[in-house]
Amino acid sequence: MAVVHYLLPPDGQNWSKLADYKANGGYAAAERALREIKPEQIVADVKASGLRGRGGAGFAAGLKWSFLPTDGRRPRYIACNGDESEPGTYKDRQILERNPHELIEGLLIAAYANTIDAAYVYLRGEYRVAYDNLRAAIAEAKEAGYLGRNVLGSGLDFEIHVHRGAGAYICGEETGLMESLEGRKGQPRKRPPFPAVAGLWRQPTIINNVETMSQVPHIVGKGVDWFKSIGTEKSTGNTIFGVSGCVMKPGAYELPLGTPLRDIIFEHAGGLRPGRTLKAVIPGGVSMPVLTAEAAMQVTMDHDNLQKNGTLLGTGAVIVMDDTVCMVRAALTIARFFRHESCGQCTQCREGTGWLHKLFVLIERGQATKRELDTIDEVCKFMEAHTICALSDAAAWGAGYFVRRFRPEFEAHIEQQGCPLDGVSFEV
Amino acid sequence: MVLSDELKQRIAAEFPKYPEKRAVLLTALHFIQAEHGGWIPPGAAAEVAALLEIPPIDVEEVISFYSLFHPEPVGRFHLQVCANLSCCLAGARKIVRTLEQALDIRSGEVTEDGTFSIAEVECLGSCGTAPMLQVNNEPYVENLDERSVLELVERLRQRAAAASSPGPR
Repeated sequence: MAVVHYLLPPDGQNWSKLADYKANGGYAAAERALREIKPEQIVADVKASGLRGRGGAGFAAGLKWSFLPTDGRRPRYIACNGDESEPGTYKDRQILERNPHELIEGLLIAAYANTIDAAYVYLRGEYRVAYDNLRAAIAEAKEAGYLGRNVLGSGLDFEIHVHRGAGAYICGEETGLMESLEGRKGQPRKRPPFPAVAGLWRQPTIINNVETMSQVPHIVGKGVDWFKSIGTEKSTGNTIFGVSGCVMKPGAYELPLGTPLRDIIFEHAGGLRPGRTLKAVIPGGVSMPVLTAEAAMQVTMDHDNLQKNGTLLGTGAVIVMDDTVCMVRAALTIARFFRHESCGQCTQCREGTGWLHKLFVLIERGQATKRELDTIDEVCKFMEAHTICALSDAAAWGAGYFVRRFRPEFEAHIEQQGCPLDGVSFEV
Repeated sequence: MVLSDELKQRIAAEFPKYPEKRAVLLTALHFIQAEHGGWIPPGAAAEVAALLEIPPIDVEEVISFYSLFHPEPVGRFHLQVCANLSCCLAGARKIVRTLEQALDIRSGEVTEDGTFSIAEVECLGSCGTAPMLQVNNEPYVENLDERSVLELVERLRQRAAAASSPGPR
């Protein structure tokens, strides 16, 4: 079946201007929804579409919306997660820079469906072009009557605010994001209460990723059956796979969920450099367990298949490593990241990420014994499932699975007291 | 007084977007940095705290928590090189070394004349266009190699010279 692209403008086009977005069908779904469709019907449709969150966890978006209380408590908020900081991930940036009205339309429909008073788009602080384009698009949308008071005569008063983050990965965690938005350190909250009941300023809040919200106009505009015809039974729709690392054509590819990873690497991303062979692939950002080349050639990029094969879809950020890449150094880079990004709140994470990093440094320098490999396993076990949020688990998976799946290479490092590969080709 | 009246007004203009003044903290700190050469000068925290009606320690701990806030001076051009996995696979280390040699400082330092500083940062979301760097909060400079990064340094030197030369403004 031919791939239908609907999320991103084709051929590097940019639809940031309202006129371009509208010329390509933009805001038709919102206009119809706000004038003709009942809010409950939209929530039901998003539920029926099977749309799963594109931020990493893959939680059913419509189900999340249905957790909002029905007690009439106001105001109610949307927190839209544009903190995109998972290494390897640059998909939301494509939407924010090239198609920001798609997000605005998604937020508008979600606001109407869920009786929302205001949305805050939490944007990572470094994304300058995304910030400029999204703010300009919001101003244009407001001018055109898609935001503000009584939008399209529906009775909905709705504003979107862009909130700049300041360089902290943990603010991509939903409750860390809320703490940060409220003007505090981005340290995640204990749940319950869940954000739907007590989110931003302890008011009912739905939180969805940028790409998740950008799917909504297409579900409403083209229908549930259309959406479900793309992807797999339990992973519906297209997503944007950001491919990076050792491929000829790294880039953001919009493809159906369930696309074979082999096709993404060898067809869309142009395959490996001449003379190289595949060694390892991270399928969903550095939080997700790495796959060996053999496993990577078998999997399809959807939630069920990846889970069955010992990893997760995460953000769909595919990092490709060929035979010149040292697995110890790759793991070291990942461990360094998590050590830097731990918020310091839970002992297991604060101490564990530091320990992991130090252990990988020892191995890389050729100063470790085989006991250190067992220590890594132990540290990882103590880091998993013991903390307020999942950063600790992510560190244990992201770095720890390199040891579990490429142990002989780590042992060779220890025996030879250094890198058995040509260490110059990949420096950290 | 560190904060000008104009800056205070810009900060206050953000208040209506939120139910609490505290929520403007990150925005306020971004504004201050942009006006004060990329870092947050001493005394700013207390003034922001007063403006937002929160304790000064709450401002201090936010400054220390987020990596985009600098309580120490950085260069007029703060060169932030992504050094995460995808960028390292594409040769980020070479970019850092090239910059270190060209500017005669180490990563983490500021040049004596205050024009440049180098920092290695975590993923900036430019993994398909690696290696890359960001100057201050400007649009990214992507698909770098040793030559293009040296050309960038030259362009920035010219910008610095143009800004400091007398003439019509």
